[in-house]
Amino acid sequence: MEVVTYTNVETFVQHLPEVTAVGVWIKALIILAVISAIAGFGTFIERKVLAFMQRRLGPMHVGPYGLLQLIADGIKLFTKEDIVPQNANRLIFMVAPIITAATAFIALAAVPVFPDFTIPQWVPVLGGTFVPSIAADLNIGILFVLGMMAAGLYGPLLAGMAQANKWGIIGAARTAVQFLSYEVVTGLSILAPIMLVGSLSFVDFNNYQQGGIADWIIWKQPVAFILFLIAGFAETNRTPFDLLEHEAEVVSGYATEYSGMRWGMFFIGEYANMITISIIAAVVFLGGYSEEGIGWLTIILKVGFFFFLMLWIRAAWPHVRPDQLMWLCWKVLMPIAVINVVVTGIVMMV
Amino acid sequence: MYETIAFYLFSALTIVLFLITVMSKNVLYAMTALASGMVLISGFFFILGADFLGVVQLIVYVGAVMALYSFAMMFFDATRDIKEKNTPASLVFLLGGLSALVLVLMFAAPIHSEAVQALYPIHEGVGNAQDVGIVLFTKYLVPFEVAAVMLLVAMIAGIILAGKKMDQSLTSDMDVDAEDEILTQKDAK
Repeated sequence: MEVVTYTNVETFVQHLPEVTAVGVWIKALIILAVISAIAGFGTFIERKVLAFMQRRLGPMHVGPYGLLQLIADGIKLFTKEDIVPQNANRLIFMVAPIITAATAFIALAAVPVFPDFTIPQWVPVLGGTFVPSIAADLNIGILFVLGMMAAGLYGPLLAGMAQANKWGIIGAARTAVQFLSYEVVTGLSILAPIMLVGSLSFVDFNNYQQGGIADWIIWKQPVAFILFLIAGFAETNRTPFDLLEHEAEVVSGYATEYSGMRWGMFFIGEYANMITISIIAAVVFLGGYSEEGIGWLTIILKVGFFFFLMLWIRAAWPHVRPDQLMWLCWKVLMPIAVINVVVTGIVMMV
Repeated sequence: MYETIAFYLFSALTIVLFLITVMSKNVLYAMTALASGMVLISGFFFILGADFLGVVQLIVYVGAVMALYSFAMMFFDATRDIKEKNTPASLVFLLGGLSALVLVLMFAAPIHSEAVQALYPIHEGVGNAQDVGIVLFTKYLVPFEVAAVMLLVAMIAGIILAGKKMDQSLTSDMDVDAEDEILTQKDAK
């Protein structure tokens, strides 16, 4: 690898080894494999954490501490009959779960996951390939991720509308309501940090906060951080806002008629989205990763913290009603977000 | 090479999807085809290197079609086909003729291609978003502001249309008089 001396910022990119198509393919496979595994493991952690907070034991019987419960669940999901109900719109019913899972992983393409590394030379065929930390390093990474996650809500919407079931229709209607409510808050809350950094690239956000904890954007934009977290919970339909499949009200909402692997795909998508939101929150507000030393460990800790926070809040808070969600998003959060953007603008100009 | 393949793939898919949108009698197929067609159009922007516009296309139309879905959900049974009214032949003739004319113009346009040039080429080293912003706030400032005013007007109109009886809750603590009043209002319509 030749060392390129760079004179200005534009040529900085060339300093890194060249990103080849093979590298991106390897990266995509790694993301797919590792995130699906983490998503599966996430269900186990969720049960354990909830059990701990509710003074139960959680899964204990299969394997040590119930660890093999994961495999048991996997076998069950894969071998269950794939039922398509009568009168349902067959094609749309079968496509809907794929939309959720696929968009969740497409969103992860533009997010920095795991450090970059070069495959050692002694590996046959692939030796020396550089694997980047972001599969597709777009200039507008944040917008792309948010847009893709928004497109992911078509999964629940179509699933609910296609299944010829009243609970499903209510779930789909709630999907539309929830989407139209939180989307504005997500965009406006993250706009203020974007104004500070002056870029939509995750790499720029990371570099902006390299000066240590004092440089983190959360200290400059605490309001935006809280708004983004609230909207992120709505985006991943985590508990205070999981209206789409609220068991006590709408049986299982959009997922009522699903079984087996198609049902499982919704949940792989949901957990992948939780990881994506955690990574965005960690990179945009909490300093992200740093290249040297144990920097990559810190971002894993941050992401782990946000994941835990989602479970914690699920154990601590009850659900809200759809009308409460709309009230919260449109009458409380959106005005605060707009004021935050205006104040940020004034402070930056003065 | 990849760009050509991607372009033809996206073009074929977009045309097929929008054909389904127009032809299908099932509201669910029509809406889904519309949404996926809109998503695929953003692919063209990505091929052209206009990442920002591509993502904006994605975000805006995903939200807009989602709102359309909610209306479809209220008006139609999504699992059944819709009986369409037969449109008058003269209207079909007029609209078909107009679309044919537009198509001919579109395909004939490249004849005059030397007159087409980028007035605001992208700058090297400056992001897409900045370029769009500069053009939007200098050359196209007036259309931009007019669009903003239009959206404001639409929003106020929406609030006024939906805002009658907004201070009363439809579910809780509704006294009988208010209920009667709402019913008589509905009858009057």
